Amino acid sequence: MTSLVVAEHDNAELKGATLNAVAAAKQLSGDVHLLVAGDNCDAVAEAASKVEGVAKVLVAKSPDYANAIAENLAPLIVKLAPNYTHVMAPATTSGKNVMPRVAAMLDAQQISEIVAVTSDDTFDRPIYAGNAIATVQSADPIKVMTVRATAFDPVAADGGSAAVESVDAAETPGLTSYVGAELQKSERPELTAARVIISGGRGMQSGDNFVMLEKVADKLGAAVGASRAAVDAGFVPNDYQVGQTGKIVAPELYIAVGISGAIQHLAGMKDSKVIVAINKDEEAPIFQVADYGIVGDLFTIIPELEKELG
Amino acid sequence: MKVLVPVKRVIDYNVKIRVKADQTGVETANVKMSMNPFDEISVEEAIRLKEAGKAEEVIVVSVGPQQCQETIRTALAMGADRGILVLSDQPVEPLAVAKILKALVEKEGPELVIVGKQAIDDDSNQTGQMLAALLGWSQATFASKIDLDATQVTREVDGGLETLKITLPAVVTSDLRLNEPRYASLPNIMKAKKKPIDNTTPADLGVDTNPRLKTLKVVEPPKRQAGVKVETVAELVSKLKNEAKVI
Repeated sequence: MTSLVVAEHDNAELKGATLNAVAAAKQLSGDVHLLVAGDNCDAVAEAASKVEGVAKVLVAKSPDYANAIAENLAPLIVKLAPNYTHVMAPATTSGKNVMPRVAAMLDAQQISEIVAVTSDDTFDRPIYAGNAIATVQSADPIKVMTVRATAFDPVAADGGSAAVESVDAAETPGLTSYVGAELQKSERPELTAARVIISGGRGMQSGDNFVMLEKVADKLGAAVGASRAAVDAGFVPNDYQVGQTGKIVAPELYIAVGISGAIQHLAGMKDSKVIVAINKDEEAPIFQVADYGIVGDLFTIIPELEKELG
Repeated sequence: MKVLVPVKRVIDYNVKIRVKADQTGVETANVKMSMNPFDEISVEEAIRLKEAGKAEEVIVVSVGPQQCQETIRTALAMGADRGILVLSDQPVEPLAVAKILKALVEKEGPELVIVGKQAIDDDSNQTGQMLAALLGWSQATFASKIDLDATQVTREVDGGLETLKITLPAVVTSDLRLNEPRYASLPNIMKAKKKPIDNTTPADLGVDTNPRLKTLKVVEPPKRQAGVKVETVAELVSKLKNEAKVI
């Protein structure tokens, strides 16, 4: 029994969510192997070999793997899969894109976003925006899964000494090619990796007002997020979105500013360690999950908070 | 070209769900049901392609009990041309839905299938990718923009946006910002009643829908307790520093 974890990376760096997925794989009874499929990705392979608890790193290099295109990656993972009992990836946009394609090619019913491992064939996963947790058992010979990163504490990024083995690239269908990306450039931490997050909702009234949150974020080393309402209103881009249909986060501290607390937003942040709510409506549902709440006008509270943080 | 759009009947997104006391699932009796919001976005996109002269026919498909006919009617009232209801009284998992859709694609010959990125009941986020895999087609998931002239799709990814060049036929899955779905007008609701809906079954299409996953139990997640309200920002910062010790 061995598990294969598909590493998430950008050919230069191993992404943190990989460490959470390895942590989930370690709860299964066998060894854990990591697959690094990329182009010019030696640094990633080296980082992967140091990850705690990884027995072997498989490296497949090809220009076809440079941009994690699902149609190209899936045949490689499917080719390797017969050596494994479990094939998994972090439930990032990349993992969510690739793994169901792999599962269908293996005729397996994927188990999405597992949050707990009960045994080698039984897993917990959230349904209905996390308002219910289903325990499911799979009889598929190769279990294909994605892992909700926030549910598993990451393994250490170093300390391991796994063997690195090259594997041949698989044939790719040549259906889809990469045109380009517009990625947000920010000095702040990524939402899913941040220790502190400050998010704004419809109460922010405009995108310009998010500057206020950025100032607080800079004092706390925090990431800036948003509710779906703020994204729908066009205040900020979609990759800020925390919620059922956006990112799932569980930082040490989550500060919700002008967010009412719709079910779909709570689904994305209710596992945060400490939640602070700032809202002028004292009946707002966000206060029901907040450890600390302040009822008041965010336009006076946020500048005060910035000042108070020194 | 023809565009095929699957639509799922789910508990309305505004309903607070209740887990059944016997832990077998979620209470669906006497609960308001609606079209999965991402599927509404898919239907809207298909209709816009037709209105722009880029698609000739929009076919909607739903898999589930007889009541899914209402979900299909909603799509027809928005502007889709005809419906196919694949009757099944037991829940059908994403892999089996993908197999059903594959059989229908082979029968109907669409060049584009637009699938919601996830259903808000099981939150699986699998069907579109699985369908693309089974057909051996291009896939562009989490789309925020579809440009058929350039055969390019812009996708919502973790760090921002990514653009892919796809090959038709293809499967695209819709994300929130793709469009804002329209409301059906009363005359269109009346017209939709006359649009055809064909009935079929998974067995007719040669698909086995026996579940692969056994649901052992469904429970409520641990509840968070509401905390305290503080009066001043200074008090908040002090509590975060000294009590919660998170800053």
